[in-house]
Amino acid sequence: MNSALLVNIFRFIMLLAIQIVIFNNMNFLGYISPYPYILYIILYPVNSNRSGLIISSFLLGITMDMFCNSGGIHAAACVILAYYRPYIFKFSFGLSYEYQTIKLNESLTPERFSFILVSVFLHHIVLFILEAFQFKFIWDILLRTLFSSVFTILISIIIIYLIKPNKR
Amino acid sequence: MQQIFNFIIRNSNRLLFLLLLGISLALTIQSHSFHRSRTISSANFISGGVYEKINTINEYLNLRTENDELVLENARLKSLLFNIEDTTKAPMIDSIKGVKPADIIVSKVIHNSYSTHENYLTLNSGSNEGIKQDMGVINSLGIIGVIDNTSPNYSTVVSILNMKSHINAKLKKSNHFGSLTWNGKSTGYVQLEDVPRLASIRKGDTIVTGGQSVIFPEGINIGTVDIVYKKEGTSFYVIKVKLFNDMTNLGHVYIIKSKGREELINLENKSKEKDE
Repeated sequence: MNSALLVNIFRFIMLLAIQIVIFNNMNFLGYISPYPYILYIILYPVNSNRSGLIISSFLLGITMDMFCNSGGIHAAACVILAYYRPYIFKFSFGLSYEYQTIKLNESLTPERFSFILVSVFLHHIVLFILEAFQFKFIWDILLRTLFSSVFTILISIIIIYLIKPNKR
Repeated sequence: MQQIFNFIIRNSNRLLFLLLLGISLALTIQSHSFHRSRTISSANFISGGVYEKINTINEYLNLRTENDELVLENARLKSLLFNIEDTTKAPMIDSIKGVKPADIIVSKVIHNSYSTHENYLTLNSGSNEGIKQDMGVINSLGIIGVIDNTSPNYSTVVSILNMKSHINAKLKKSNHFGSLTWNGKSTGYVQLEDVPRLASIRKGDTIVTGGQSVIFPEGINIGTVDIVYKKEGTSFYVIKVKLFNDMTNLGHVYIIKSKGREELINLENKSKEKDE
């Protein structure tokens, strides 16, 4: 048992609790709601076990689905984000990301911002496509994805700054 | 054999991803097909319990409005008490037409969603109180939805703000009926489809539940006519109905046990069998 594992378990539970108690009840203009619980997947350590990330993301999503009565849409979106995370890393930080020690919860550089942006957008578009499940709602899907992504990114950055560990 | 193992070990992440994605897509598709009991729902003791805790906090925060409503209701009951002619009559549940008081279960909404295309409510009573699938849910203003899943202590409701719900409804004054659906846009309005052009409809006419439904008794309020469209290429109207209920703010609800339901379904099945 190392501390990274404990931190991740703590994050998993805390983000889920905050999402269910607070952010699920936020409905700007009736349909825009932020989903900052995916910070768990975004902040997962870069070089740790990848299958662990995929399994825990599935559990995260299926718990959200249980509370939202939404079938399996959160689970699907989370698993897709967890699987494609290394490719988004490559896209945002360049090829040699594995050799750098990327700490996302430090100051916000353009690379880090683009990583969060792409991740949130990927998750939300999968989520809303599966939620609507019909092509006649394509504009509705895009609009929801756009506005919800903006809110999720804003709240995610605020949360990252709030839980930033103290410099030793 | 060795190669198969190597393949599995090399691609373990991809296989895991495909497996989990397959499970979640299967759950999604299952939940989109009409009115099948879902595997993952908030009618279980974990999420039901959490929602009940959250609801107690919300109730505490809303004490002021709740008090105002109680004062109003008290005033109404007092006025009834002083003006009533026959004191043996129970004033309360008589307002729901065609239903005996014994057929009603009172429950409370502990979770309410209205921002997605398919909305569900969670209630804090379940099969222990006698709630079963496909019972109708209403409150004092009008209809709310149909019971979807039940567990011993909780149950979920398909809200009328759900694109999968189809409820038989009619005009109060003329018996022309149609099917009540939702187009996923505004929480205050639903659509009444397939109303024949012969019907004379004016803005402000009342829409009530129709007698064809086995879920709701006839004549429960739904809303008023707001705008009437002609559906192109057909001889039907589509009516935009303004709901009596504010679906974003629901408290106590009534669940209707329809006694004739099983008899009616059995009868219909029998006649279908004869046809075959």
